[in-house]
Amino acid sequence: MAHSNWAEWIYVAVVIALLTYVGAEAWNIENLIEHVPEDAEVIKVTAQQWFWSFEHEDGTKEVGELHLKKDHAYKFEIESKDVNHNFNIHEYVVLLDAVPGQINTVWFSPNEAGEFDIQCREYCGLIHYNMRATLIVEDVK
Amino acid sequence: MVLALAKARPVWQIMFSTHHTDVGLLYLVFSLLAMFIGGAMAIALRVELFAPGIQLIEDSMSYNRLFTAHGTTMIFLFLLPSASAVGNYLVPIMVRYKDMAYPKLNAIAFWMIPPAAALVWLGMADFGWYANPPYSVISAPAPAAEMWIFGLKVLGVSSILSSVNFVVTILKCKHPDMSLGKVPLLAWSFLSSSIIVLAAMPTFAAALLMLLTDRLGATGFFNPAMGGDPIAYQHLFWFTFHPEVYVLVIPAIGMMYEIIPRFSRRPIFSHSSGVAAFVILSLVAFASWAHHMYATGMSFTEKTVFMIGTLAAVPASAMHVFNFLATMWNGRIKFATPMMWAVGGIALFFAAGAGGVVNSAMPLDFITHDSYWVVGHFHLFVFGTIAFGTIGFVYYLFPYITGRMYSEKWGIVHFILAFVGACITFFTQHILGLFGMPRRIYDYPEIDSWISMNALISVGAMIILVGMVIFLANMIYSTAKGKPANMEDPFGLGGKYYYPYAQRNPHH
Repeated sequence: MAHSNWAEWIYVAVVIALLTYVGAEAWNIENLIEHVPEDAEVIKVTAQQWFWSFEHEDGTKEVGELHLKKDHAYKFEIESKDVNHNFNIHEYVVLLDAVPGQINTVWFSPNEAGEFDIQCREYCGLIHYNMRATLIVEDVK
Repeated sequence: MVLALAKARPVWQIMFSTHHTDVGLLYLVFSLLAMFIGGAMAIALRVELFAPGIQLIEDSMSYNRLFTAHGTTMIFLFLLPSASAVGNYLVPIMVRYKDMAYPKLNAIAFWMIPPAAALVWLGMADFGWYANPPYSVISAPAPAAEMWIFGLKVLGVSSILSSVNFVVTILKCKHPDMSLGKVPLLAWSFLSSSIIVLAAMPTFAAALLMLLTDRLGATGFFNPAMGGDPIAYQHLFWFTFHPEVYVLVIPAIGMMYEIIPRFSRRPIFSHSSGVAAFVILSLVAFASWAHHMYATGMSFTEKTVFMIGTLAAVPASAMHVFNFLATMWNGRIKFATPMMWAVGGIALFFAAGAGGVVNSAMPLDFITHDSYWVVGHFHLFVFGTIAFGTIGFVYYLFPYITGRMYSEKWGIVHFILAFVGACITFFTQHILGLFGMPRRIYDYPEIDSWISMNALISVGAMIILVGMVIFLANMIYSTAKGKPANMEDPFGLGGKYYYPYAQRNPHH
């Protein structure tokens, strides 16, 4: 070959360096956010076609609405009674599949009072588009 | 090479032919037909989503059936057959053989597709193109689901048969004077993608059978009520269909390798780098499947492994982009229609790849997962890159197939509308995903940002539609009444870089 390929080697090296940086940062951050605080209160989330129900640690049950306290840590234990769903509170980047036969956990700590949408983000049939609930974060001192 | 539609032959002669260009023509016509059918479905979906509430589609079940048929049609009935069309036309000529290695098998592989298409279109299953259990096992209505499963089964066999044919044609039938390193990059792309199909497809074939016996109640592989594991299906599915993405994109890149040097009037910057990138891509294709499954509750270690596997595919893709740009650099570029499609495709390929890096980074995936971001991301690949390469190549082959020239002016109008439409539609879908809209939903609540972005996306889709109508009219009109092409050099590039016309295989 008449020409040399040094430019391509430099280019590939730059691309690999960028990807390594992205991968390392992603690894770091994922490591941080997967660490569940010890005082996190457990909320059992049950998905079924086509609504959400919740059970607090003290046994209180809610359907279609979830009342939580501001600045508390919560750990969701998510399961499904029928098909795959996906538990999603978009504003707080809470997202995890609800899979029948297994319990998935994810945690968060709401830092703002107000109402937020809970939605299903995994196709689950007829009313998938309207499988919604409301998260109400209360400012309790 | 030339099919010479000008010299009329009865249709049945083409239909029952096993000659590679005839089978190629059948593939091409069928895949374009499927593209228009799948496109019409997409337009119906976009009209429905233009605003909250019912616009066009009366109930959510019809909507769910439509998006399933749209995805299945575009991937299995448009993109795969259109790649086979190009491969059938050019691979035997590029390796200097008289036909495909197994001409009858080639025709059989094509003729399996229309019955499979009939099963998919008449059944109209509703579980998305990924048939996710347990929904697909316990909830999806029959007989649509069974018809879809059988249709996909037939399509899988068809694509294995045609892959065997490409591999044997390239490895065993190439001219003895031609070393593998000298095989043109387009043929190399078919070799890579065919080998991926052979390695990946059996897994899905098994998963489909298991899905079927699950639905019959005979087994419970994926049904938790019978002790099965639905996540196992996702692994089997994505082990086939992440590599399948490469099966689609690699021939499109091969087509760009054919177009870019000719219209830049320079030889390709580095043939060996192109070959190396194809080989690397076919290997790393198998290292990333579970990045579709971060949200299924995977462990941190699993997620890390698949993130690395996914990022590993980027340098090889970047090598292709570099090769294209380095070829165009200092070239005397002629921006005829095929070149514009190829260059537009490369630009969107870059954008799609950049978005893919975002998805693969674990924490960011939990923002984009199953949202419209993902819809925008893969449409940038399948439409912006693969369909752009393919449509550009259809324009490129047009004079060789018909002996006539398409309208250059309308070809460019088509490109501009499709490119602008694709940018509006798919970039906006990315942003809509960041605002949290889930995919595969029939209706959405009245959130201001969602309403305005959905309207914009639907307008973008309409712009693409106008371009596609122009495409159809241009193809039909030019096939019948276009100016006879200067067959020595239809694009006025100086004949030096052309070989397809000079070489043709006699009909048998």
